[in-house]
Amino acid sequence: MTAQDFWVISPQIAMALLALVVVSVDLVTRSMAKVSAVALTGLAAPLVLTLNLWYGWFGDPATGPALFGTVEADRFSLFFNFLLITVTAGTVLASTKYIASDRMKDYGGEFVALVLFSVTGMMLLVSATELITIYVALELTALPVVALAAIHRTRQAVEAGTKFFVLSAISSAILLYGFAYIYGYTGSTNLDVILERLAVLPTQAGVPFGSYAVLLAVIMIVAGFGFKMAVVPFQMWVPDVYQGAPTPVAAFLSVASKSAAFAVIMRIMYSAFGEPGLMQDWSGLFAILAAVSMTVGNMLALSQSNIKRLLGYSTIAQAGYVLVGVASVPANQIGATFAGAGAQGVLYYLAGYAFTNLAVFFAVIAITSRTGDDSIAGLNGLIKRSPLLASLLVFGLLSLLGMPPTVGFMAKVVVFGSALNANLAWLAVIGVVNTVIAAYYYLRVIRAIVFEDPVDTSPIKSDVPVLVATGVAAVGAGVLGIAPFLLLEFARSALSILPDL
Amino acid sequence: MFDGLLTVTVFLPAAVAVLVALFARGENANRQIRWIAIGATVVTFALTVLIFAGYDRAIGGVQMIDYFERWIPVDALRSSYILGVDGLSAPLVLLTGLLGMAAAFASWRINTRVREYFLWLLLLETAVLGVFMSLDLLLFFIFFEFELIPMYMLIAIWGSGRPRYSAMKFVLFTLAGGAFMLIGILAIYVTPGVNTLAMVSIPELGITGIPELIAAADLVIPAALIFGFFFIAFAIKLPLWPLHSWLPDAHTDAPTAVSVMLAGVLLKMAGYGLLRINLGFFQETRGFTIHDVAGALAILAATSVIYGGIVTVRQTDMKRLIAFSSVSHMGFVLLGVAAIGGSKADTSPAGLNGAALQMFTHGTITGLAFLMVGLSYDRTHTRHIPHLGGLWKKMPLIAIFFVIAGFGSLGLPALSGFVAEIMVFLGTFSVWPWPTGVAAFGVVLAAGYTLWMVQRVFFGARPANPGLSDEIYDRLDDANWVDMVPVIALAAPIFIIGIWPSVITDVFDIGIKAVLR
Repeated sequence: MTAQDFWVISPQIAMALLALVVVSVDLVTRSMAKVSAVALTGLAAPLVLTLNLWYGWFGDPATGPALFGTVEADRFSLFFNFLLITVTAGTVLASTKYIASDRMKDYGGEFVALVLFSVTGMMLLVSATELITIYVALELTALPVVALAAIHRTRQAVEAGTKFFVLSAISSAILLYGFAYIYGYTGSTNLDVILERLAVLPTQAGVPFGSYAVLLAVIMIVAGFGFKMAVVPFQMWVPDVYQGAPTPVAAFLSVASKSAAFAVIMRIMYSAFGEPGLMQDWSGLFAILAAVSMTVGNMLALSQSNIKRLLGYSTIAQAGYVLVGVASVPANQIGATFAGAGAQGVLYYLAGYAFTNLAVFFAVIAITSRTGDDSIAGLNGLIKRSPLLASLLVFGLLSLLGMPPTVGFMAKVVVFGSALNANLAWLAVIGVVNTVIAAYYYLRVIRAIVFEDPVDTSPIKSDVPVLVATGVAAVGAGVLGIAPFLLLEFARSALSILPDL
Repeated sequence: MFDGLLTVTVFLPAAVAVLVALFARGENANRQIRWIAIGATVVTFALTVLIFAGYDRAIGGVQMIDYFERWIPVDALRSSYILGVDGLSAPLVLLTGLLGMAAAFASWRINTRVREYFLWLLLLETAVLGVFMSLDLLLFFIFFEFELIPMYMLIAIWGSGRPRYSAMKFVLFTLAGGAFMLIGILAIYVTPGVNTLAMVSIPELGITGIPELIAAADLVIPAALIFGFFFIAFAIKLPLWPLHSWLPDAHTDAPTAVSVMLAGVLLKMAGYGLLRINLGFFQETRGFTIHDVAGALAILAATSVIYGGIVTVRQTDMKRLIAFSSVSHMGFVLLGVAAIGGSKADTSPAGLNGAALQMFTHGTITGLAFLMVGLSYDRTHTRHIPHLGGLWKKMPLIAIFFVIAGFGSLGLPALSGFVAEIMVFLGTFSVWPWPTGVAAFGVVLAAGYTLWMVQRVFFGARPANPGLSDEIYDRLDDANWVDMVPVIALAAPIFIIGIWPSVITDVFDIGIKAVLR
């Protein structure tokens, strides 16, 4: 391993070491507050190392390929490193009281360590530029989550864990099958080499992607990641796992896991299948997935009575909106200035969605940990029981709904705008119609919070850490909505790796 | 270029609202919140007067610009933060300041959840001011939609009757319209050769607006369709028959001050949109111009005027009656817009000016009418017309101003309603004689329902049971000075414009000429 290799994966190394430190600290102390504090302070290490790679504080920024071209620390991966570290910090902060609760205090340290291991996998995943590395990183991402989902060892939790395990194994198998086709067809697992080989290999006219082998491979790869992105028709695990798993795990899954999956699918599509002709083909594939995901997710969410299940279906629909951005490659090439707008929208959407969804989930954590009731009716009259928490939750829901001037609205406008730009007007129309449908169930929850009379009128006293985490996430969602340029400039710079940008 | 005045005016109410919500505490909090909120609206009104008076009529164009270019720096949607006023928006900004102040005074009696109430009321004012000042389509849309949340809360929490149903209906109607509008906005933006969201050209900033660029562009979807998207959004808001059904419910169930804001300024956002966007953008697009549908607009407008008038006559609830009369009166706005005529040569600027003036006068007159209904209801606790009668003996001041609002509404000469309606009729009659002739009957209907209501409620004999009980009737008192502040504030412009219309029409004229190019 050269010094270059070390620098490139230094944030990932730091994250893995932090996980080990947390396990060790857990052996020494029984205080979960200390474990959380160690984890939170420790997160500064990967953050600083990521900043170093972006700005080159300790010498030249050591970007570029490393470890025989399997990983790369480019701005794209660094953008997602920032996002993942932020999400992790929020999750750990919001779980402080949860891991100190009676039923968790024996596994509190393990809980935090597993989260950190999973994030290590995600950070590796967003940096990987080679198929085998992507696969290994993906498994490192998924296995800790299985344990996290089942950590309560109740019937429901075990069911959630098993379901996630089995489906994630199946999706990995499908993914590997797709990778195998690609390797067999092009003779390489390196994304850049695949691009070169595909350009020179003979193509059949009239066949999508130029050959049935590539078509099959792309479908399998998209299906494999479809599970992680939680898009229809690969979504069936989502509501059960969200309902069965501890809420902090659901929050973590809905944001971190999804962002990493979107990052890697974008990297594969834009680098290995980045030929303009191929782009047209996979754009169509994603457009269909997006339309189905938005519509099915929203339709199924309409009749839910459990808030965690409702949020599960809502993340499926939200994944559909992100896919609109993925599908929006500038197919008609209206001037070079428009290239990559869809990708910029995806990054903005994912980051904005992260803040929004965390605010909603953290508020739900704060409430359900006190009331023990995760039905929507359990939120009745929340505004009278905890005005601050209720306001933050309502704000988060409005952002999920896409109400101006929140980040949810801005992000939708940007991705729908890119869809129109890419001659996908029909997709933009479906998206807009879907936001109106979604308004119904988000407003239903808001109505319960603001207008219904509470059964139990006792005030909900919430813990300071989770309140801080919720507040920060909500403020983030507000600021990024009012001042979208902050994040969009950042996303543009992250996308400087893409050709034509 | 960043003048700052408009930004301060727009965000002052919101900033005060948030500060009040966070910091007003203690025993006298409710009293403090009321006074601070009223103070904020008074200052905002002063600022809007400053904007209106400071608008230089000799220069014209867009003035007092606040510009931040890289607000959304995405190539797929480059949106800038542009605020500015021109002849079309300056009077409407003034109207918003005036009605915002009147609404705050009229909320004096709100006693439940005072902090939240004024928070939403002030946020509402910010949203409406933003709509009239935004010159970037996306920014316009954001303010246009942002108004929904405060309105929903204000109707649903402080309303009467079936408030949640009415509030939800209002939100769903407007959201549906907004969705259409958003598609229209995006479609215009992505059209090759347009790629801008600027609603007007601003030479000082080197901005060429959509009206200039859209003429030569091949729109990605047919221009007629985009026109339709915007038209539906504004027709719902105006509201135009047959999309009006949310309005009577929302008005009837909303608290007084919210009805004042709704009738007074929120409906004007639609009229403003029709003039600025439907008229401003679509005069010479390829394959479609607004001239093609002007006749249909005139017929729709006449239908709305007559339908609204007939339904109004049959109402027995005072608030519902005034709400339906808004459908009729706002129809005149569209009728004025239809004066654009079948071709450029036919265009009658008088009709268009009438449409703009009708927005302003309807804001003050109907605002006043809702205020008076509110004052009367506070005392009698009923709005059912057959239960009332002979109230003038007990509350002469309320009766007098109610009569003024009624006369304004039916178009009595020397009051502002007359000026606006005569401009619309004279302007549009030369272009569309038949629809205008039919719509003129709306005035007859207006005289009918207004006079009949005033006669039954304030004059005539007190009905026998189940009318007002003697106990309540004997304790009725007249309006006090706090009640009268907003009443005078809204009644004064009705007289001023009736006698001296050019104070407003001169400014509107500059704006209309710019829109017509």
